[in-house]
Amino acid sequence: MRVMAQMSMVMNLDKCIGCHTCSVTCKQVWTNRDGMEYVWFNNVETRPGLGYPRQYEDQEKWNGGWVRNKNGRLKLKSGGRLKKLATIFSNNDLPTIDDYYEPWTYDYDMLTSAPQTKNGPVARPKSLLTGENMDIKWSGNWDDNLGGSQETAQDDPILAHMSDHVKMEFENTFMFYLPRICEHCLNPSCVSACPSGAMYKREEDGIVLVDQDDCRGWRMCVSACPYKKVYFNHKTNKAEKCTLCYPLIEQGKPTICSETCVGRLRYLGLMLYDADRVLEAAAIEDEHELLDAQRSVMLDPFDPAVISQAKKDGIADDWIEAAQNSPIYKLISEYKVALPLHPEYRTMPMVWYIPPLSPVVDVVSNSGNDGEDVRNLFAAIDKLRIPVEYLAGLFTAGDTVPIEYSLKKLAAMRAYMRDINLGNEANENIAQAVGMSGAEIEEMYRLLAIAKYEDRY
Amino acid sequence: MSTRKDASTTRAGTDGLLADTLVNLGRFLRPGAVSEDLRSVFLKGGREADSFYRDRWSHDKEVRSTHGVNCTGSCSWKVYVKDGIITWETQQTDYPLVGPDSPEYEPRGCPRGAAFSWYTYSPTRVRYPYVRGVLLEAFRAAKAKTGDPVLAWAEVTGNPETARAYKQARGKGGLVRASWEEASEIVAAAHVHTIKTYGPDRIAGFSPIPAMSIVSHGVGSRFVTMLGGTMLSFYDWYADLPVASPQVFGDQTDVPESADWWNSSYLMMWGSNVPVTRTPDAHFMVEARYKGQKVIVVSPDYADNTKFADEWLATHPGTDAALAIAMGHVILKEFLLERKTPMFIDYMKRFSDSAYLIELVKRGDAWVPGKFLMADALPGKDGKVANAAFKPVLLDQNAAPVVPNGSLGHRFSEADAGLWNLDLGDVDPLLSIADAADYDKKSVSIDLPRFDLEPQPGQEHAGGSGTIRRGVPVRQVAGRTVTTVFDLLLAQYGVGRDGLPGEWPTGYDDASSPGTPAWQEEITSVSAATAMRIGREFAQNAEDSDGRSMILMGAGTNHWFHSDLIYRSFLALTTMTGCQGKNGGGWAHYVGQEKVRPLTGWAQFAFGLDWVRPPRQMISTAYWYLATDQWRYDGLPADSLSTELGNGLFAGRTTADTLVESAKRGWMPSYPTFNRNPLDIVDQAEKAGVEPAKYVVDQLTSGDLRYACEDPDSPENFPRVLNVWRANIIGSSGKGNEYFLKHLLGTDAAIRGEESGPDRRPKTIDWVDEAPEGKLDLLVTSDFRNTSTTTFSDVLLPPATWYEKNDLSTTDMHPFIHTFNPAIAPPWEAKTDFDIFHLLAKKISEYAVEHLGVRKDLVASPLLHDTPDAMATPHGIVVDNPELVPGVTMPKLAVVERDYPAFAARMASLGPLSEKLGLITKGVKFNPDVEVADLARRNGVVRSGPTKGRPKLDTDKRAAEMILAFSGTTNGRLGTQGFRVLEKQTGQKLAQLASDNEGRRFTLKDVSDAPVPVLTSPEWSGSEHGGRRYSAFVVNVENLKPWHTLTGRQHFYLDHDWMAELGEQLPVYRPPLDMHRLFDGYSPVGSMEATGAPGSAGRAEVTVRYLTPHSKWSIHSEYQDNLMMLTLSRGGPTIWMSPQDANKIGVRDNEWIESYNRNGVVVARAIVSHRMPEGTVYMYHAKDRTINVPIAETSGQRGGTNNSLTRILLKPSHLIGGYAQLSFAFNYLGPTGNQRDEVTVIRRRSQEVEY
Repeated sequence: MRVMAQMSMVMNLDKCIGCHTCSVTCKQVWTNRDGMEYVWFNNVETRPGLGYPRQYEDQEKWNGGWVRNKNGRLKLKSGGRLKKLATIFSNNDLPTIDDYYEPWTYDYDMLTSAPQTKNGPVARPKSLLTGENMDIKWSGNWDDNLGGSQETAQDDPILAHMSDHVKMEFENTFMFYLPRICEHCLNPSCVSACPSGAMYKREEDGIVLVDQDDCRGWRMCVSACPYKKVYFNHKTNKAEKCTLCYPLIEQGKPTICSETCVGRLRYLGLMLYDADRVLEAAAIEDEHELLDAQRSVMLDPFDPAVISQAKKDGIADDWIEAAQNSPIYKLISEYKVALPLHPEYRTMPMVWYIPPLSPVVDVVSNSGNDGEDVRNLFAAIDKLRIPVEYLAGLFTAGDTVPIEYSLKKLAAMRAYMRDINLGNEANENIAQAVGMSGAEIEEMYRLLAIAKYEDRY
Repeated sequence: MSTRKDASTTRAGTDGLLADTLVNLGRFLRPGAVSEDLRSVFLKGGREADSFYRDRWSHDKEVRSTHGVNCTGSCSWKVYVKDGIITWETQQTDYPLVGPDSPEYEPRGCPRGAAFSWYTYSPTRVRYPYVRGVLLEAFRAAKAKTGDPVLAWAEVTGNPETARAYKQARGKGGLVRASWEEASEIVAAAHVHTIKTYGPDRIAGFSPIPAMSIVSHGVGSRFVTMLGGTMLSFYDWYADLPVASPQVFGDQTDVPESADWWNSSYLMMWGSNVPVTRTPDAHFMVEARYKGQKVIVVSPDYADNTKFADEWLATHPGTDAALAIAMGHVILKEFLLERKTPMFIDYMKRFSDSAYLIELVKRGDAWVPGKFLMADALPGKDGKVANAAFKPVLLDQNAAPVVPNGSLGHRFSEADAGLWNLDLGDVDPLLSIADAADYDKKSVSIDLPRFDLEPQPGQEHAGGSGTIRRGVPVRQVAGRTVTTVFDLLLAQYGVGRDGLPGEWPTGYDDASSPGTPAWQEEITSVSAATAMRIGREFAQNAEDSDGRSMILMGAGTNHWFHSDLIYRSFLALTTMTGCQGKNGGGWAHYVGQEKVRPLTGWAQFAFGLDWVRPPRQMISTAYWYLATDQWRYDGLPADSLSTELGNGLFAGRTTADTLVESAKRGWMPSYPTFNRNPLDIVDQAEKAGVEPAKYVVDQLTSGDLRYACEDPDSPENFPRVLNVWRANIIGSSGKGNEYFLKHLLGTDAAIRGEESGPDRRPKTIDWVDEAPEGKLDLLVTSDFRNTSTTTFSDVLLPPATWYEKNDLSTTDMHPFIHTFNPAIAPPWEAKTDFDIFHLLAKKISEYAVEHLGVRKDLVASPLLHDTPDAMATPHGIVVDNPELVPGVTMPKLAVVERDYPAFAARMASLGPLSEKLGLITKGVKFNPDVEVADLARRNGVVRSGPTKGRPKLDTDKRAAEMILAFSGTTNGRLGTQGFRVLEKQTGQKLAQLASDNEGRRFTLKDVSDAPVPVLTSPEWSGSEHGGRRYSAFVVNVENLKPWHTLTGRQHFYLDHDWMAELGEQLPVYRPPLDMHRLFDGYSPVGSMEATGAPGSAGRAEVTVRYLTPHSKWSIHSEYQDNLMMLTLSRGGPTIWMSPQDANKIGVRDNEWIESYNRNGVVVARAIVSHRMPEGTVYMYHAKDRTINVPIAETSGQRGGTNNSLTRILLKPSHLIGGYAQLSFAFNYLGPTGNQRDEVTVIRRRSQEVEY
């Protein structure tokens, strides 16, 4: 066992209102500058939808992440060393600007400076790349609130892999939001792909960074990252990415995206993990087992053996304490309601998500049952407006069991708390039905609902 | 380089599995020592290469400020400054705590707010004063000739050719930079000339929503009002005012703070898309779900909040009242009739008008509901009490008539001091006549209005109006046939009882009878079973939780022509289930940041009440309706809205005629008031030796003097000068945008409809054949960014942004008050609003010495709410041709002095009337003697000049100190004092709500350090006492303080003649206006008939409903031009439509379309999504014409704003005044600028666009 610490995030998608405040504050602070116009370290996707850059999840197209070969070894999907060397000057797996979007501005000054004309002034869109007039045809958030349109549904990689055909019809509309930052993976393919050794994980907190002095602009990291969260600054010719706001983290402050999240859905905290077991876990054969494998790499910060080894590995006492108080540990390992994004990429991502529980009662009620009855609620999880299979395509390599497990816990929490809310006696059976005690449910409720500042970060 | 680094490898990485990964390669490519790592690289320490990010995250200071944008947010922000430059902003998280068992207010903010700093240095920033080039040249020439700016303005505007030239140039570019000196000279000259020539009431100011920056609003309003100008309302104009609120509660709007949603256990979001429009508050709803709150969304589309809903009820747009009435049907039947739920019954008796008696009137072979039975009908001494005509009667359990305390009749009479309360004593009201022990089964048939029918041929104008005959139990009281409001309610809702005559539903599944779940299904498309179940659940939850069922409602249901009825049907639900005045329950209406928590101080400051009273305050909807000549195109017959049960009060008249009647009766304000300069009227009266009020009455009687609204197209009645700040009237809120452009501004417009023909013209408004164009002489706007209002302005002034000034902010969404503070000084030549208006004031005073002097001004003002004026119309009976008595049958007339040379000095100091006459809010008088003395010490006093010795108000900070000192919410002494006044009136203990804070008094410093929770004050109806969450009407329910209504209770029933005429005495369903039937030039929704519009040949067209909900990427037109928001959305104007409608016109996502109706034209791109219902399109407002708007094929002009397709429509019930809660107060009551009933034609256009 080798204990290392990882700064991690959990986002409760059930609470996300899709407002994009996180994207804006992040962009203002970090990427609002030349060469980075098209870059959103933090973006929010409406799902179903194609995401940013378009179809980034289609690894058949982009060859990001890792693959497990026949003899059980991991290799970068984008190819081995020989291939990298051979293609270092012509990387075919690189998204073009159109896959992101062509950034633009407007000739705003016309509004005051225009001479008198027949139809009066207007500010036209101008490309930020060429300075020419442009037609706006795509953006970093083109899918916003569409719920997946007929225009693009066929291109959504998750929909494409679902067995049930999702119809784009009014009555069946569903959508939810997926905010994304760099995953700060335990097994980052971007780091491994960098020919310059310019990418690294910080030893003390696992934040993945690009050394701006050493980056040579090969962009292998851009291709290798299956989440497309490493970007190329076309002005400096260097890679840049989400830094998990380390200048703030170092001061004990939350990241910009976390603190400014008005949905109050982001949790930040330290996780201890066994660095010796990362590869083994990432290379497990069955994709459906990747979730448990990654959970098993996480260490119990209360376990005396872990604490003792952590100290040996140079982790300070206050860091161990931080790991013990971490809301992340509770959500990932104790309550097991949080899930990783695309574990099948085998990068061991460390930004996890609580799946959205949305609308469920109407499904049950429309079938003639009492939608409020907790037993019916559980039975209805698989009939959610948001298809469980869609969520499974995002978070569990297609395995619906952990999704249902997580959603049932949320549903049970609501049912359990309703009794308390109305002054009735709490019903312990509800808690037990999801393998929790009433006290545990109340604790989880406080973390998810009351969610005080100091409990989130 | 890497030699600086202490690199070590992970042991896990050396297992050989990854020998071929590229990290190895790094050894060869990187100079210096390289790690052993083969999988991942870990580095520790020495990361100077990343100093870039550390540098970027460093700043010199953080300054607290906020945004003044009518979003209801009032979020406190940290503004970061580096090297004197604003870099960005993030949310403050230091709000006072809500409590251990609740989520907190932190962090408050949204993407719009987070992108605000972009404006500071953006290319759309207005950096200098600008004047329209054509005008500037003409003015310079005239000034050179006359040598006097005021005479120069007279010359420029008096010469028709010159005037036409600059007016026609509006909106067409050609603005040129000017100095502050010259720009302010033009503006001041225009004001002085207008006052002198036409009268001060020909000057108007438009600046909405004081709460969003209280001082900035106040200073301009003070400027306009103290000149004698007219301040225009906004809340009603924006259609954000829920007219049902004054109708039902006698209150403008009072609602729970968002943290109170958390206390609700059943939340229906009805027409309010919380994640988009209440972004920083949405989490309380989201989180309350985890506490077991059930969430219902009622929305025609799959709106953002639907994601959080347990159930989604997709009503057809505008049909919500039918759903609410069906729910009410179920609740009345099951919870109030079959099972007499004690909590509901008790609440109805004590806190609603449901037990009060209504006299029935014989009509044909049946009866109709008439007036409240008042004490004046009772025999003996009961009938002789003071104000007996305003003391309604109910029966006790012995069926004996009782006149309960707390009615309007008790409110203002000395004899009734201490009786204005809701204490029923031993009286247990009889809710239904049928409940009387001696009920003899006597009942009568009554006819009730309905509006849900298919119109008969030839009756299209009546819009599906008809009647339904039902029955109520009755008895004789004081010789009259009466029943109760509750009995009428049951009849209206179709809840039958054995033995009653009439047509009743056979059951919930009877679709033929109005009120049932099955009936609503045919109207709304929500299944009967769902309506039934949700209604039942709502009530059951209320019973289980002691009233914690809540309806969160918003623009989606409030922007309709018949919104008052929609809302009354909602409020009926929260009242009949006892939810109003309970934490976690009741109505939660949020449209507009209407709540100025320090209300009293703001009103003193903003209306100059310390110097002159009364102010001129106008209902904007009527103002624009006349000023922009929309009345000429309207011609809506008022009786097309009547019930056939009416008395023909509106026969042969248009809604415009009802406006004129309302103005002449003094119900609603009307400015400009007369067809003569009100300064001259006083002079003429004095010359004639007649007291001015009498002179006016005489002149009106003789016909020599007329109301301006009778002849709005005559030049002496034009509005001449319009000051706009903190607003975008032309590009955002101006319903009927194209009419503004043509008639008010005199420039090109794309109006496509015809003016009304002779048969549809108002009878009481003079018709001139040639409609005037360019009525307005001067449009002067202060804005830091460009909008249609700036580009159409004659003079454009550069104000400070929200990060460059001192100000105060509050909202109804949270209970705090906090501040704007300057992060930087206003850059370029920008000045704060405060400094701009004081600069203009000084210039005006300078010119006034020669041109104006001290004058007397005759101010006509309407009958006011919360005063004895509300008793001007006994029984709500509208008497024809009454004798003219100012303040009773016509406006009140007052003569005030305008000392124009001292105007600037007065503006900058506190006048003597505050302490002399007191501060009056909602009928409560505060005496600020201590505060005035304290302000003199705190702010200093004026050393010399006309205001010598008065406390200074010459800076924004000093004005803020005054506002804080003069309000009960920020000064515990005044709050407590106000409650003591109310204690005398009500005889109830109230002062304890504030007295523990009696010694607390917030200064600007206190509220600048961090947001501060306000104090409980009689200015509002809720209580924050003891740290509880604010919920409206808690004081009424817990402390028995009456509502400000006729009965003192919440009203189901409204008995004014006009309400009866409209068939709206009780909540009733009325469908959206059928534009096709009411006006020429419209096809029915779904029609694909060719219009023949230019450019439409060969293209498919379809008629659709046109809705303009609040946008995710802008707050009105603010932020719609923000590059960040444009980048996150589609980068220009868009219209959302269903795939079905898109297919009909052959358009694909992101293709250009045109949308047009009789009002104008819009060019936009289509967004096609199946979350939209067929037959309805959304153009999220407010899309201004400034960004990426091409030339329209249909008009050949630049495509319009979202309001290019709308037009003002007046509803007569909004014009009632002088009667109980139906009395005017500014932004409290008035016709709404509703815009949701509109329809439009859409088509795909050529994809080659020109700009």
